[in-house]
Amino acid sequence: MRDVAIIGVGDTRFGEIWDKSFREIGIEAGLKALEDANVGAEQIDALYVGNMSAGKFIDQEHVSALVADYAGLANQHPATFRLEGGGAGGGLALASAFMAVASGLWDVVVAGGAEKMTDVGEEEANRILSSTADQEWETVFGATHAALHAMVARRHMYDFGTTREQLAAVAVKNHRNGAKNPNAQYQRELTLEAVLEAPVVADPLGVLDCAPLSDGAAVVVLCPMDMARKFNDTPVRIVGLGVASDTIALHDRRDITTMDSTVVAGKRALHMAKVGTDEIQLAEVHDNYTISEILAIEDLRFVEKGKGGPATEEGVTELDGDIAVNPSGGLKARGQPVGATGIAQAVEVVRQLRGEADARQVDGAEVGLTHVQGGTGATAVVHVFRREN
Amino acid sequence: MAIPRFWREIQSRYNLVGTRCGNCGTLDFPPRDVCPKCGRKSVGKMEKVPLSDSGTVVSYTTIHHAPKGFDGTKPYLLAIVELKDGARLTSQIIDCDPADIAIGMPVEATFRKLGQDGASGIIYYGYKFRPSLPATEET
Ligand SMILES: [Zn+2]
Repeated sequence: MRDVAIIGVGDTRFGEIWDKSFREIGIEAGLKALEDANVGAEQIDALYVGNMSAGKFIDQEHVSALVADYAGLANQHPATFRLEGGGAGGGLALASAFMAVASGLWDVVVAGGAEKMTDVGEEEANRILSSTADQEWETVFGATHAALHAMVARRHMYDFGTTREQLAAVAVKNHRNGAKNPNAQYQRELTLEAVLEAPVVADPLGVLDCAPLSDGAAVVVLCPMDMARKFNDTPVRIVGLGVASDTIALHDRRDITTMDSTVVAGKRALHMAKVGTDEIQLAEVHDNYTISEILAIEDLRFVEKGKGGPATEEGVTELDGDIAVNPSGGLKARGQPVGATGIAQAVEVVRQLRGEADARQVDGAEVGLTHVQGGTGATAVVHVFRREN
Repeated sequence: MAIPRFWREIQSRYNLVGTRCGNCGTLDFPPRDVCPKCGRKSVGKMEKVPLSDSGTVVSYTTIHHAPKGFDGTKPYLLAIVELKDGARLTSQIIDCDPADIAIGMPVEATFRKLGQDGASGIIYYGYKFRPSLPATEET
């Protein structure tokens, strides 16, 4: 297996991008990544696109070929693939691109993610998000995506004494980071009081515990490590990859306060990377709800099980803490164009490891991690990255 | 939801029918063709059985942002319920003040309208749970 590097990154601003279509945001992020990588379009062998539900959001399937076409690649007929795994689609696209390069099959491979969520109304968008749960045995009984995560939060509070304020502290931290990210959907700080007093969505989660609906795209360019310096002076190596699945319905889990898919994907990725948890300096994790970040930092073993709430409150996960979690602002503040999130996380980690993250730069960052999950954790994808000196 | 799609699941949604693995005895709800513990050894040995209609609340939430079709009853309670024989499911909790629900609370199944496809669409039915009536305690 060959070592694989990321040689270019690009993204759009996340948010309500009224004036641009799905294909336009995809191309905007893609062209930035190719420019960053110094790669000509004619060199691209394959394209992997993470996308959750273009069919429902914009009534357009077959978006992998569509994006390649509008990137001007149709005449060279690259291999194109679309990956779907609820919120984990971007992570699956990166994993697939990695495998293609590592295997030796292809050299220059693009992994992208895009979602256009604001062409439908908020209620419809939330209905589409809920379809990543079990439609026959969860949503038909009135469950929503937020409600399922609320039940995780309620049980976590019961089992470990996690407080409402600790949940809110996740949102406050991620907005503080997002305020330093010029591509974030929300570039304003939030007070703890604002989070606590926001209208309730599904008790105990309020509106400001939930990541927003967003449009956006992100793209990375991969090639074999031994070719990387031909394109770019600052390659970042993908040193570990873990993908895992679990029951589709939350109620079938062994324990609803532990995402076993995240535990397993994390272990697989760190084992492959030969990296200890204590070596990870920054992590972009799947904070689609505040409770999700608390579970993620526990299940990735950054903190002890049950201690995610207090750790967040004590500043362990701040930019200058033991491990910077969601320096980009995360899904919560940076935004949540679902299929793009896994790639956007990789974009952020690459910028951090290159030392290009400006006001939100984590000092001396050399090793970073990304984590996305689909549904209520039926799919999880973890990648580990290392700066190449 | 198309009529056949709902009709197919009626047995389980009306009567809490699950499966028992003939190999290891594990109960599952809804019915499965393959036991999650035994894999292929269970194929052909998954027997349909009605499950217990009482259990306890594992976790719960009060839903204020309701999806279409459920907004008439909001806010409403949703819970994960563990049935007495061990299987778990997701259900609404009715006849219960949101201030009174708690983890561990005993609940029992009841048969209700679940939802409707639009104003003149089909109405579909199934289980909801409610607090168990106290049996013989207190006078
Ligand atoms: Zn069995």
